[in-house]
Amino acid sequence: MTTEKVKSKNPVPNRERIKMPRLHMPEQAPSIRAHEFTEVNLGYSAELARQEAIRCLECGKPTCTNDCPVGVKVKDFVQLIVDGDFMAAAAKIREDNVLPAITGRVCPQEDHCEGACLLKRKGESLGIGYLERFVADYEQQHFDLSTIVKAPPTGKKVAIVGSGPAGLTTAGDLVQKGHAVHVFEALHEIGGVLVYGIPEFRLPKKIIRQQVDYMRAMGVEFETDVVVGRTVTIDELLEEEGFDAVFIATGAGLPQFMGIPGEHLNGVYSANEFLTRINLMHAYEFPKYDEPMVDLKGKNVAVIGGGNTALDAIRSALRLGAGKAYVLYRRSEAEMPARAEEVKHAKEEGIEFHVLTAPTEFLSDGKGWLTGARCLKMELGEPDASGRRRPVPIAGSEYDIPLSVAVMAIGTTANPIVQSTTPGLNTTKRGYIQADETSQKTSRKGVFAGGDIVTGGATVILAMGAGRRAAKGIDEYLTTGQWE
Amino acid sequence: MFKIVHAQFIAPGIKRFTIEAPRIARKQRPGQFVILRICENGERIPLTIEKSDPEHGTVNIVVQSIGKTTNLLNSLETGDSILDIVGPLGKPSEIKSYGTVVAIGGGVGTAMAYPTAAAMKRAGNKVISIIGGRNKDLVLLEDEMREVSDTVFVTTDDGSYADKGLVTDKLRQLIENGTRIDLVVAVGPIPMMRAVAEMTRKEHIHTVVSLNPIMIDGTGMCGGCRVMVEGKSEFACVDGPEFDAHRVDFAVLVQRNSMYRDAEKRSLDEYRQEVEAKKVDVKQAPTEVVAAGCALEAKQ
Repeated sequence: MTTEKVKSKNPVPNRERIKMPRLHMPEQAPSIRAHEFTEVNLGYSAELARQEAIRCLECGKPTCTNDCPVGVKVKDFVQLIVDGDFMAAAAKIREDNVLPAITGRVCPQEDHCEGACLLKRKGESLGIGYLERFVADYEQQHFDLSTIVKAPPTGKKVAIVGSGPAGLTTAGDLVQKGHAVHVFEALHEIGGVLVYGIPEFRLPKKIIRQQVDYMRAMGVEFETDVVVGRTVTIDELLEEEGFDAVFIATGAGLPQFMGIPGEHLNGVYSANEFLTRINLMHAYEFPKYDEPMVDLKGKNVAVIGGGNTALDAIRSALRLGAGKAYVLYRRSEAEMPARAEEVKHAKEEGIEFHVLTAPTEFLSDGKGWLTGARCLKMELGEPDASGRRRPVPIAGSEYDIPLSVAVMAIGTTANPIVQSTTPGLNTTKRGYIQADETSQKTSRKGVFAGGDIVTGGATVILAMGAGRRAAKGIDEYLTTGQWE
Repeated sequence: MFKIVHAQFIAPGIKRFTIEAPRIARKQRPGQFVILRICENGERIPLTIEKSDPEHGTVNIVVQSIGKTTNLLNSLETGDSILDIVGPLGKPSEIKSYGTVVAIGGGVGTAMAYPTAAAMKRAGNKVISIIGGRNKDLVLLEDEMREVSDTVFVTTDDGSYADKGLVTDKLRQLIENGTRIDLVVAVGPIPMMRAVAEMTRKEHIHTVVSLNPIMIDGTGMCGGCRVMVEGKSEFACVDGPEFDAHRVDFAVLVQRNSMYRDAEKRSLDEYRQEVEAKKVDVKQAPTEVVAAGCALEAKQ
């Protein structure tokens, strides 16, 4: 699926392009979107997309592609947008990225392609994420799935464990090589964290379903309600079900808690549970849907943490009617791991950020329900192991915030199910699966692993990068039969 | 979709289902459970597995009508289907030769105590079973328990059958009689498990309980099923559902399980109204009575 080298038809000279401002993404107004789950970003029109694409400097050595975990050929697809050939642009992205409508929405581009963009040194980077999203949505509207040509079958079978970003990427890459791909998902819907974790206003479920339909049309098979390790083991897949290789992409595991008093109170959620109730189980549509959640209308809600998950949770709380919505983060805004755009959107919507703040205790009404958090102010000290400045408590700075709901979004630990049921699968001290950094091979022959279950909690695009490497590793293994 | 190959009430409001689920049937071990979702807008609820038949690819669950979902489930019949069933979940019971094992089942809890009692017997233990219910009708699986136990005691709260009293009264008698007990396994309502734990704690008898916290995914992702075990959070879906009874904070379990009481009541009330309305609708053909929209989907 390679297309020919693209020749520039950009009508604007380079020196002029540098002066052109970045075109902003049309957005739903904050006052409206803060109360509903519809998507915040509305997407470029074809005209806006062409205008923005023209800004690309067409660098001889594109740094954007080097900094993309899946190696999207940014310059090439952007030039195809300039040419007005949006379908060819989509095909160009698909050579490296089987989930463009998803990455176009949730990838932290500022840390990858846009962060490396030469235009950034002169002003604002090219809107690569916005352009990718435009092309993917255009393709969705105009592409006929029945025209997909399947690769000739190799006769090899691969099991993918988990249908999140890593699993889907590997599945997409391998099916294009002609391998039979079967994806096992523990939940009742395909998509993993894309479905249970990321809310509708950032990544509509419809988009995920469309991308999954595309993969089905490519020949990928999906089976829901299978918890590998419990319903079937890795060894059974290899020995009894005839799979030639297995890719473990089970994702992030159990939520971490701080271990402070009151965390067991009613009203204290993990972000995973809070978001799963909302996104996967539609608790926000109770009683039309049966899964309940605590009523947030007019209540004070805080999230503890500063990552994308934290912001997804608190912005969801706001949409469910929270009277006050706080982010409590123990470092300063500069250290916040969330995407810049999400922080901006959250502020516009009225989320209050209490940085350099950490709860030390959750307060109770004496009947088991949360009434508030006792917080401590912090200051930044010396850098810690992560390279970020360590938060140090300021003595005597305690204060209480009244709260009805608190959501813990401080990270996850490794899900132990596959590791504990697969003899000979080596893990790290913290329980994550050990995998080779280039081939994603594990200590077990024929078994590969990637994504959060190897690295710990990271981003969609990093998981996809691992998925791509795994697909290459698996294809090599299946073709050569060589493990070492 | 998972087909119900047999469904039958075994007591008022308590139904046994035999469901086609070959993958689960093949892997199920005593102590494990499933999570099911009846239909598209349904919630996910955990239910214990009574037994499985790997040869025919079926699992049995025993369901007591309590809230909306269990009422809806119990309106389903042979030939209907359930949209999603996932399992077997949780760690299996630790089956080995302990000596004398007392297996205690309260109400539908007996459905989970039963496979564990059977496995304990097969592992060479002497098994004394105590099963109880509020009344005669709610004493479940007595015949099955007799088959796998050396001795079975039955209690009813109201004395309508066998010995009047609680399962713990019988356990106290055993202890007072000087019966050697190496392990107690108790499955049932939280107050019963808590009472068993208190009684055996004083006697230093190792006791295992199977906990039933609120749960969503059941696969080690959401953390909703966290229970306090010696002051630390543990997760029933990956660390349990069985825990050392003497380390469990039952008060926190009761408190957390009450979190959605209002919503649960609302769901059940609205469901009952819907059922009533439908009964009126289809008065002419009572066999056509369908519980609710969700059940219609299950009946396709």
